[in-house]
Amino acid sequence: MPLTSADYAAIWLTLKLASLTTVILLLIGTPIALWLSRTRSWLRGPVGAVVALPLVLPPTVIGFYLLLALGPNGWIGQFTQALGLGTLTFSFTGLVIGSVIYSMPFVVQPLQNAFAAIGSRPLEVAATLRAGPWDTFFSVVLPLARPGFITAAILGFAHTVGEFGVVLMIGGNIPEKTRVVSVQIYDHVEALEYAQAHWLAAAMLVFSFLVLLALYSSRRARAGWS
Amino acid sequence: MRLTHFAPLLFPFMTIGAVQAAEVQVAVAANFTAPIQAIAADFEKDTGHKLVAAYGATGQFYTQIKNGAPFEVFLAADDTTPARLESEGDTVKGSRFTYAVGTLALWSAKAGYVDNKGQVLQHADFQHLSISNPKTAPYGLAATQVLDKLGLTAQVKGKLVEGQNITQAYQFVSTGNAELGFVALSQVYKDGKVTSGSAWIVPADLHDPIKQDAVILDKGRDNPAATALVDYLKGPKAAAIIQTYGYQR
Repeated sequence: MPLTSADYAAIWLTLKLASLTTVILLLIGTPIALWLSRTRSWLRGPVGAVVALPLVLPPTVIGFYLLLALGPNGWIGQFTQALGLGTLTFSFTGLVIGSVIYSMPFVVQPLQNAFAAIGSRPLEVAATLRAGPWDTFFSVVLPLARPGFITAAILGFAHTVGEFGVVLMIGGNIPEKTRVVSVQIYDHVEALEYAQAHWLAAAMLVFSFLVLLALYSSRRARAGWS
Repeated sequence: MRLTHFAPLLFPFMTIGAVQAAEVQVAVAANFTAPIQAIAADFEKDTGHKLVAAYGATGQFYTQIKNGAPFEVFLAADDTTPARLESEGDTVKGSRFTYAVGTLALWSAKAGYVDNKGQVLQHADFQHLSISNPKTAPYGLAATQVLDKLGLTAQVKGKLVEGQNITQAYQFVSTGNAELGFVALSQVYKDGKVTSGSAWIVPADLHDPIKQDAVILDKGRDNPAATALVDYLKGPKAAAIIQTYGYQR
């Protein structure tokens, strides 16, 4: 096989990072999206804007400020050190934090749209039938917003797979801990190992195509998009 | 970049104003940014030519040059890339020379942390030692050679973090994320002394020389400014500037 064991380690690490990031984002993105789709608070605008900010900022810029914030002199770094965790840069946990921030809008926005599309009527009906908020969420909102969840999960996962700048800035290129596929490809190109780079890039391209094909071929998922 | 497409059109008009004066497009290794800016000011004043520099990674410049980038002179961060371009016929034969020899430094942002013999490497109380990628960055390769020679490779293995280039290796240390790291002396050195933190200037016999070679590329073959720049870099004025930035000649 043209791929080396280091390449496979990078692929495995990337899938692990993207899966974990997606799960975390669905857990914290759902309440945020629910709130954004329902609230009349003046905070709706500012919070929505903050969630969308990672779309605008270049990943290396996000990465640089994460390097400062997570470092021993940064506020997150001070906090984690006080907890006895040390600093999180150059660790898998650090990458997960970076990826959650970086991919946040790709999960929150489809969910927010899906929740908004449900409207308030099904919720009012549920309330008149004496369903509590949790019951309403699991019996009414979750099933109706299913396409939105599928879209959010696929986009969050795919976007994290393609992440480069953030990982580059806070990862430290440690095999099996922070060396993901995108960084490995960059390494190959920099070292003028073009054949290696081509193979790995091709694998990534085929994978991404299949993921996006799944997204765009699924009618139910498409309903939750935009 | 886009402007360079129009350079041939502009050229006749420019030459009316300044006879003999030309412009030279230079690809410069990122670690040499500060010195070339100082040299460019003198070069432009002394020769009347204009120097237009692009800064970046040597490997990326190689790829761009192979794919038609408009650079006329290449100041690389290593000696292998210019040699490779030469063997592939993309340079003016015989123009390759070493314009600077890099000095490696073990540096910490904390004052008093690195002693002047590098003994700190033997102690185990640091979590992270930053180096640049030894596969692509000459300073990273030199750093691994130093660790080998000191017999510390196994001891620090779990503590190594890699920056993609020497800039990132420096960044990890300057932000405090790594307690210490191998950087280019030129990054922490100005006018004969270390500017911040603490450093051990690594003796040159602990690693292969970090030769930075320059070459005139095919596109600069008939440009008098390209030849003038190379001559200028070999001269005493440029040498003096290069040394104040922590490089040897």
